Amino acid sequence: MKITTPLTDEVIEKLRAGDEVYITGKIYTARDAAHKRLVELLKNNQPLPFDIKGQIIYYVGPTPAKPGEIIGSAGPTTSKRMDPYTPMLLEAGLKGMIGKGERSDYVKDAMVKHKAIYFAAIGGAGALIARTIKSVKVVAYDDLGAEAIRELEVVDFPAFVVNDIYGNDLMLDNMSKYRMEE
Amino acid sequence: MRYIERDLVVEAVERLCIEANYYIEDDVLNALKRSRKLETSSIGQRVLDQIIENDLIARNDSVPMCQDTGMVVVFLEIGNLIHIDYDIYEAINEGVRNGYLHGYLRKSVVKHPLDRVNTGDNTPAVIHTKIVMGNSLTITLAPKGAGSENMSLVKMLTPADGYEGVKKLVLDTIFDAKGKPCPPIIVGVGIGGTFEKCAMLAKEALMRPIDDVSDDPIARKLEEELLEEINRLGIGPMGFGGTQTALAVKVNVYPCHIASLPVAVNIQCHAARHKKIVL
Repeated sequence: MKITTPLTDEVIEKLRAGDEVYITGKIYTARDAAHKRLVELLKNNQPLPFDIKGQIIYYVGPTPAKPGEIIGSAGPTTSKRMDPYTPMLLEAGLKGMIGKGERSDYVKDAMVKHKAIYFAAIGGAGALIARTIKSVKVVAYDDLGAEAIRELEVVDFPAFVVNDIYGNDLMLDNMSKYRMEE
Repeated sequence: MRYIERDLVVEAVERLCIEANYYIEDDVLNALKRSRKLETSSIGQRVLDQIIENDLIARNDSVPMCQDTGMVVVFLEIGNLIHIDYDIYEAINEGVRNGYLHGYLRKSVVKHPLDRVNTGDNTPAVIHTKIVMGNSLTITLAPKGAGSENMSLVKMLTPADGYEGVKKLVLDTIFDAKGKPCPPIIVGVGIGGTFEKCAMLAKEALMRPIDDVSDDPIARKLEEELLEEINRLGIGPMGFGGTQTALAVKVNVYPCHIASLPVAVNIQCHAARHKKIVL
């Protein structure tokens, strides 16, 4: 399924755990250090460096761009490290996240409550994903280097829906299907 | 006595850093293709297709297969008949610095684990040395990503835990890690020695070629049984559910104290990167 950002409730309601999606539009990168700063701003009732409503955050710290390229390899990092910061961002209007690995139960609950989707991209597929990124602009925290917040224009960025707004979980549901007990 | 020039070491390390990150080894690629054939979950098949496509893009375009270009681990086998009159650790770090700069690799090392300021050049490497017989210097270099390293552990079991205790520890560790270490994974298991020795055994096990089997009969049995049982956990590629959770299990053993059973589990993601050169 092809989807575009910002995510509307209409699209979000259609997505189900296990769906393979191709994302087109603007997405924002942030990982550990940037999340810490974003949540501090929210706690102090200060504005965020970009309008988060309806947006998708991609957990990534790319390699440096080679000459003539706009970005290096750019696969997802482990999402769970962002869990402590995530409910506050969802409350502020964040509608989607792309990373790898499973989320904590409290994050899944917050996703259902705030109608947001967790997507997983393929960890270690940094070269493949980089081909779908068409422009890159640093929007905040340049001092963080690979961890700065970047606005990416993507076309057909490949991902899978892991957690939908109905409480389904691709990883838990599908894992039990392939689990062979002794 | 054979003198090994410093420049030779620096240049070799630079090249190994870049090649390890760009060019997946054939044994790993073939294992991925094999697991694609074996995978029965359709989403798992799609994931493996993307992983294989990614590794081929990285090879063809000379770009890093993964953005986590790792902290560099180096194993040096220093022949007793070679002569070095310079600081070899410093030479290796210069090679790492050059490789990560010239190869456009991500700098992922912080100077202090608690105040966490990036060193800016991916140094220092973690360097292990061994003195061996001969007149050559062998450098094995492995950029190690954090996703899989973070899911690894060391546990001091008791002799009564035995064979089954070791199996349970490995299976529990992998089950808890689920999709986080980027499966299909390679599992390095170190059994015996002391607290620090078993961690080294596990890391060294990951340097073995993917189709290599242990010549120790008990370790070999463990490798076979664990691979089968790990692939029955249902985790699958990237944890999306499937039959292909591990590509291989490598078990290295060493004698240990009558009262001990140290076990280490070191997990390697599917971007299994290591390169070797003999100088």
